Amino acid sequence: MATTEVERRRGQLAALSIAAVVIIVGVPLWWRTTETYRAWLPVSQIKELAKLQLHLSADVEVVFARGTVTPEQQKKVPLTQTQNMEHRVDGDSFNAILTPMRLSNSASVEADLSLHTLSESPSGSLVVYVIPESSSLLPQNVDVYIGQRRTALLRIGSQMRVGKTLEQLLAHMEPRIKQVLHVMSFSHTDITAALSNRVRISPGNKESIADSMRAFKSSPGYEITFSLLNPDPKSHRLHWDIEGAVETYIQPLLTKLSPVANFSIDSQTLYYAMLGVNPRFDSSRSTYTLNADSLAHVINPVEARLGSNAASSNPVLNFLLYIPDAHHSPLYIHDHKKQQVPTNAFHSPRWGGIMVYNVNEFYEVDTVFPVDINIDMAKVMGVFLAQLRLLLGVQSSTPPPGFLVAPCGNAGLADWELDRLMWSRSVENIATATTTITSLAQLLDQIGNIVINDNIAQQVSSAVTSLQLAVSELEAGNLGFALQYSKEAILSSERAFFDPSLLHLLYFPDDQKFAIYIPLFLPMCVPILLSLLKIVSEARQKHREKKPKKD
Amino acid sequence: YINIYSGHTNNWAVLVCTSRFWFNYRHVANTLSVYRSVKRLGIPDSHIVLMLADDMACNHRNPKPATVFSHKNMELNVYGDDVEVDYRGYEVTVENFLRILTGRLPPSTPRSKRLLSDDRSNILIYLTGHGGNGFLKFQDSEEISNVELADAFEQMWQKRRYNELLFIIDTCQGASMYERFYSPNLMALASSQVGEDSLSHQPDLAIGVHLMDRYTFYLLEFLEDIHPASKTNMNDLFKVCPKSQCVSTPGHRTDLFLRDPGSVLITDFFGSVRKVELTMETINLTDPIEQLESGELQKEMHTYADQLPVSEIIHQKPKQKDWHPPDGFILGLWTLILLVFFQTYGVKHLKHIF
Repeated sequence: MATTEVERRRGQLAALSIAAVVIIVGVPLWWRTTETYRAWLPVSQIKELAKLQLHLSADVEVVFARGTVTPEQQKKVPLTQTQNMEHRVDGDSFNAILTPMRLSNSASVEADLSLHTLSESPSGSLVVYVIPESSSLLPQNVDVYIGQRRTALLRIGSQMRVGKTLEQLLAHMEPRIKQVLHVMSFSHTDITAALSNRVRISPGNKESIADSMRAFKSSPGYEITFSLLNPDPKSHRLHWDIEGAVETYIQPLLTKLSPVANFSIDSQTLYYAMLGVNPRFDSSRSTYTLNADSLAHVINPVEARLGSNAASSNPVLNFLLYIPDAHHSPLYIHDHKKQQVPTNAFHSPRWGGIMVYNVNEFYEVDTVFPVDINIDMAKVMGVFLAQLRLLLGVQSSTPPPGFLVAPCGNAGLADWELDRLMWSRSVENIATATTTITSLAQLLDQIGNIVINDNIAQQVSSAVTSLQLAVSELEAGNLGFALQYSKEAILSSERAFFDPSLLHLLYFPDDQKFAIYIPLFLPMCVPILLSLLKIVSEARQKHREKKPKKD
Repeated sequence: YINIYSGHTNNWAVLVCTSRFWFNYRHVANTLSVYRSVKRLGIPDSHIVLMLADDMACNHRNPKPATVFSHKNMELNVYGDDVEVDYRGYEVTVENFLRILTGRLPPSTPRSKRLLSDDRSNILIYLTGHGGNGFLKFQDSEEISNVELADAFEQMWQKRRYNELLFIIDTCQGASMYERFYSPNLMALASSQVGEDSLSHQPDLAIGVHLMDRYTFYLLEFLEDIHPASKTNMNDLFKVCPKSQCVSTPGHRTDLFLRDPGSVLITDFFGSVRKVELTMETINLTDPIEQLESGELQKEMHTYADQLPVSEIIHQKPKQKDWHPPDGFILGLWTLILLVFFQTYGVKHLKHIF
């Protein structure tokens, strides 16, 4: 009948149109409303950076003093010579080190030599003065003298008397100058240590591991706390001029280190703070002793009582000055060979240092207690400064034989030591920032459910830009700018990685996803599917009926 | 000189009790007992992140207020008077736990609530509560899955937030929680295998609840013999609480750990033995100290960090941007489909409804 036919057609049309609406409108709508917002990240640039090809370029000026080259050779000295040393670290990061050497000849340099202590070179560069063998500026057995600023005196060897050709002279000087460079700027071990985050953990030798564990990792700021521990206030009334001492002795070093990091200093006095270890009485010397082995257990009981600044997350360096109580005075620290340690101090890697200061010579046995004692801050700060240098990574390895290194001067830090620190910090910062950004990109790629806000994308982009700038500045040899850009890169990358919004609490196992969607969509889909199936079967039936009719 | 074997310079501990309510007394006692041991062996409070619901000591049903006992006959009060709980009550959530591990805390979080570990830190993580196959229940309202935990540890590894990590879990089917780990330098111990339940130890008749779980009880007995200088290694820890004592079978996983467990000391994770070097150098300082006038002291201006709640800081729900389908969308869709259905196949049925 016609009406059923019409009705059936209408039904088929309805089912088809509903299916169409669901597929064309519903599915994209559902997709768009359940997707997470992900801002665009410069993934290709990040991949580029991940390869980490660093070019470190140090400017070395070699000045030949009178008596080292003949006047004819003087005219032929080339103006620049580039040295290119390529190093591979763990296969996936290279560094090629270019050092353009400017060779200048100076006729009347003797007068200038005495001025070398005052010359100012820009950060990252070196000046090497080559002096004749017979010169009396250096003592007999010393071939190289490294000054406080960025200069070095290099004595020409005995085999290089005047008369040899210029090429032989230059070839002879090359390895010596390279040696100076290793000591004053950077060497393969330094760069490897700075890249230790990326390099797989390789055993290495004992000293290098100890060195890498000792210094604090690069951080934008550090906190230094000086604590005076007085376990016996009844006997000793201690006075220490900590503010003056910090201002005079410590602050110059920290001011000099200000391009590297910010420092904040505080101090405190703790009463009735005991060491966790009982010292032994050494009757032969009638002193109390602390063995090197028992020192490890000294720190923990004290650490519980040291406060720290609750507001910042910067690493803390603790320097403790311990005055032994009257019953255990004098107290000396003995090393493994039972010899007294001259500084009477020890330090713990990445934590700080402790010094024991004996005051028993300030009073006799029968004085009235408590005794007023003024602590000699110069002696104390001398030790703390040395420990501070070690903990910040300033200390270099022992210089090769024949080298004489000048003492570090009032600030406690020679210019070239600062340069060394800046080189390794720049490389470390760049490496760390690159790893952070790369792993962040990888993480966001892997976990599709994390929302990437605009501010994170912006931080990532600025980190990438800063990294590219830092790498290019390193190549150009501008150490100061390179360090600054690397610090900015670290800040941006850390801020992006540790942004609180990047939490992936959206992990849904597959069965949970089914459990959520089935009650919503299954009742809707079943009638549609059944209608479609019915349409298809009716169409097929019709087709089959038509066929015999045709025949 | 320096013990180069372990390669760590500091120790951290994250101790989490994931249950609340009075009948879960034993989980709090578990966590507090581990906390005490770890403190006794040297880790300071500043390096311990303790997450407890902390509703036992001052619970109305506690016959001895301000105490939490770990042994029947009230022998040892593990609550003490110097316990420092960093996350208490409703702050113990999966979100906060993952935030601590990955370091993604809002800037206003104080130092004591953060895990400030570096690449030379050995971390001990202890979890206890009610768990199942692949998940751990947090405070009866949410759960953390083993995949999320493994991902969190991978993120820690990416950022080098640990040197070595020891993961101990005392729940039912605890071994399922470490199945999915894939980052290096992880060692895991669990109190029971998949399909087994971890059982509690002994009830105290005066308090009326079970005081501790078996595995942690025997773990504690083992730790009582450890002192800061002891040389006991991990192989002894794996033998703690055999099936005869624990009824469940404790499990462990060391395939991701680089060192041999026999060379790993217990104090590498539970204690805090410092490396120490003697200072051999000093710098000769000759300048006299300049006398500062008291007026020259510079006062540092302190500013408060913003104390906004986390959801506002991380902008989790931006109000205007998202478009949601209007309410009742699904309902309307159903009505439409039902109408068409009835239209097609039988209007008379609809007449009965309307």
